[in-house]
Parts: sequence; C-alpha cells; structure tokens
Amino acid sequence: MSDSRTMRVVQAAASMIVLAAIWQVLSMVFPPFLFPPVPDIIKRTIEVLITGSLLVDVLLTAARIFAGLLGAFLLGGLLALAIGQSRTVENFVTPVLTFFQGIPALSWVVFAIIWFHGIEFRVFFIMVMTTLPAFTFQILDALRSMSKDLFEMTMSFRPSRAKLFRYLIVPTIVPGILTAWKVNLGNAARVVVVAELVGATGGVGYQLLRQQQLFDMAGAMAWTLQLVLFVLVVQQTINAIEAWALRYRAVSERAV
Amino acid sequence: MAAEPIIAFDDVSKVFPRADGRGDFTAVDKLSFDIDKGEIVAVLGKTGCGKSTMFNIVAGLIEPTSGQARVIGHDPFRDFDFFRGKIGIVFQGDRLMPWRSALDNVLLGLQILDRNPKQAEEAARAWLTRLGLSGHEHDYPHALSGGMRQRVSIARAFAVDPEILLCDEPFSSLDEMTARDLRAEFVRLVRQNNKTAVFITHQINEAIEIGDRVLVFHHPARIAYEARLAETGREQAHSEIMRVLGTEPTPLS
Repeated sequence: MSDSRTMRVVQAAASMIVLAAIWQVLSMVFPPFLFPPVPDIIKRTIEVLITGSLLVDVLLTAARIFAGLLGAFLLGGLLALAIGQSRTVENFVTPVLTFFQGIPALSWVVFAIIWFHGIEFRVFFIMVMTTLPAFTFQILDALRSMSKDLFEMTMSFRPSRAKLFRYLIVPTIVPGILTAWKVNLGNAARVVVVAELVGATGGVGYQLLRQQQLFDMAGAMAWTLQLVLFVLVVQQTINAIEAWALRYRAVSERAV
Repeated sequence: MAAEPIIAFDDVSKVFPRADGRGDFTAVDKLSFDIDKGEIVAVLGKTGCGKSTMFNIVAGLIEPTSGQARVIGHDPFRDFDFFRGKIGIVFQGDRLMPWRSALDNVLLGLQILDRNPKQAEEAARAWLTRLGLSGHEHDYPHALSGGMRQRVSIARAFAVDPEILLCDEPFSSLDEMTARDLRAEFVRLVRQNNKTAVFITHQINEAIEIGDRVLVFHHPARIAYEARLAETGREQAHSEIMRVLGTEPTPLS
C-alpha cells in the first residue's frame, strides 16, 4: 500500500474511533436505552452478521436495493438515449422527470401501498421512481459531454450504430454511470429503509421498526450499521471498478 | 481517354446559418477542382477561408448547399457507407481516444471495418513500428508526447489502407522540428503506398514542401491560385502564393 493510501486509511479509521469515543462518553452520562455502550453495539452487530435468520434480512434489503437501482439504471439509460436523440422526447420527458424529482420518497411509499398489493413490487416501484430521474439526468449529462472531435473521428470510419455505441458512446459514458451508481446507492439505501419500515415484513427497515417497538437502541444501531456497512462495501467495489475502468487517466502527483 | 478524377468539385457552395440567427454566411463559394489518383494536393489559405468546410464535404461529414462533390465517383454525403475504409483522415488534433492504448487507437478503424482481429493487430503493430513507435504500443495517449500522439493518429489513418488520405493541418500544433520530420515521413508513406492525399495547411512552406500541386483559397473558399510545382517551380510558386495571399515576404525553407 502506498504511503498516501495508508495515510488516508489511518485518517478514516481515526475519525471513526473519535466518533465511537464520543458515543462511549455519552453512554456513561445517559442511560443505556438512549446511548448503549459501544461494545454492546458491536456485539449486536456481529450477532446479526453471524445469525443466519437475521442475515437474511440484510441480504433481502441488499437485493431490493440492487434490483431497484438496476431497474432505474436500465430505464434511465434508455430514457437518456432517447432524450439525447430527439428534442421532442426531451421536451416531453424532462418536465415529467423534474416533476418526479420533487415528489418526496415517503409520498411514493404511500402511492405504492395504495396502488399495489405485493410487497416486493411495492419496494421495487418506490426504488425505481425515487432514483430514476437522477440516473436519467446523470447518464444524459455523460452523453452530452461526449467530445465532438472524437465523434467526428469515429464517424470518419463509417461505423454502424452498434459499433458507434460500443467503441465511442459506452466508454464515454462509463465515468458518468459509475458516478450515478455511487450517488444513487446512498439515496437508495435511505429510501429502501423507509419503504420497508412502512410496508414490508422483512429487511433492515422492518427490523428497525421492531427495535423501535422494543425500545432497543443497541439493536437499532446494529441494524443501522448493517446498512452502512453494506453501502461502504458496495461503494468500495464501485471505486475498485472505477479505478480499473478509468486506469487510462493521467494522475497528477500533486493534490488539488 | 483521361482517367476520371478521384475527387471532383463542380460549383460546390456551402452556406451556414449564423449562430445569432441573423442571416447566413458563405463558407464555400462555387468551388471547382479535380484531383487525380496518386496526387498530393496541398490546400492553402488563411484561417477561416473555408478550407475545413471543403475538407468536411470531401469527408462526407457535411452536405454541400449547391453544386456537386464526387469522390471515387460517389456522393460522399449521401453514399456515406460506400466510403467505409476508403478515406483515412488525419485531423488537426490527434483525436486519440484517451481510454485506448496507442495500439488500440490504431486498431479502431480496423475493428469498425470488421477486419480479421489477428491480421488487424499485425497491421496496427506494423504501422506503429513504421512510425517509430515500437515499444509504445501499450502506452495510453496521456503518456505520449504531442509528436508521438500525432504519429499514432497517422498510423490510425494509414492502417485501414484507404484510397484517399485527408489531412487537416495535422502538424500545426507541433514544434517545427517535429513537424518537419513528420511531414517528410508522411510524404514518404503516401508515395510508397500509392495514396491520394489532400493536405490542408495555412503555412506556405508546408504546402510547397508536401504538395505536387498547391491550391490557394480565398474567402469564401474558391481557388485564387493554383500551382503544379513540377511545372511552376517552388521559388516562383512561393512568391506567387505570397502575392496572392498578401503576406509579408518570408524565405522559402
């Protein structure tokens, strides 16, 4: 590991240790049902991870996040391509997406409960509707940032549409797609909990609701940490994919 | 009977609407010329005279407003697909794809043309070697100097074995020594491989150094002077071109 990377890891770990220390001090001042000690939270977190029946809830939430994001990504990608090719489609679709952006996630939860029966479809619908505008606009931005020079150069070889897409458009929009996934992952993790809290019988949101009913703060923290850990792991995976996919970029030795 | 010219412009005009919506401007005005197979023609003119518009018409990237442009007997804009692999272009900037290595950049045209992958790679490697880039096949563009990057773009144009090479001021952003080396290399490769080349430039010395024939454009693009260098001689062509363009006298290099 390079020195700068080691330093980054040490600094990140230090900030977490400081946060845990502050919590531990608060746990000494306040009763445990408000601020349970850090070791208790860690114990409960590990318990969730090693208990099969509890881990299923974490995996269920993860699957819902992935399904929702994938659905929004595919639909958003198609919409972005259509908008990019037609001014009429842009004029028609953009106001609708902007309107959707203004609708709070909780409203989509209410709509889904009223409109649909199946829990999984409800959650999928909520996830897609809340992340679709961001995916569409981010992919569209990536498309529009495509270099005119590279487009003309590629067109000089007279490619088919499929080859133009493969050799120019896809590599051009990959950085934008990766950013979109990173941004939407955090949003999706927040929204899925709300959706599960209201309308599901399993998953991290459902478990959080149970901890609230039991007034179990350590449990609530343990389930919250499951989601945070999940987001961190996926973020790191996307970062690794990004580092590989964008390895061609020149890196300055001096930081901004 | 004389062979049909490989590029023929007959009264070609191109008019663009102004960006502010107030009328039009004429970039090319009733331009007529022929270029024969195997010729290297340098097109010379001041910045903004319509050289690049003419270039884009030949490349089939834009359509003339009036008149007829024919390239290898076809309309380059309407018969767009006919020209797959028949025209190679070296642009003003290198226009390398930053996510592709030098080798992959040279391979681009061959991949688009569905050439056999093994033979395509051999051809791409051979062109990189011929242009002095052996050992840099796997370097990304950001790791190459300006001259090396432009060599890669020349290799990319030659690799598809086109009948016609179009060059739009390809060496204008390079230092004079690198540009001189690349010019000599370019002319050698065009002649060795029996290509037809249209070379756009705004430098008189470059036009005379490269072309068998020099076409001087006025604005909007139409021919103000034409010199076949084998007949006119370089010295006389040089002084005539300076007179036509109204430039300060500079020595012929």
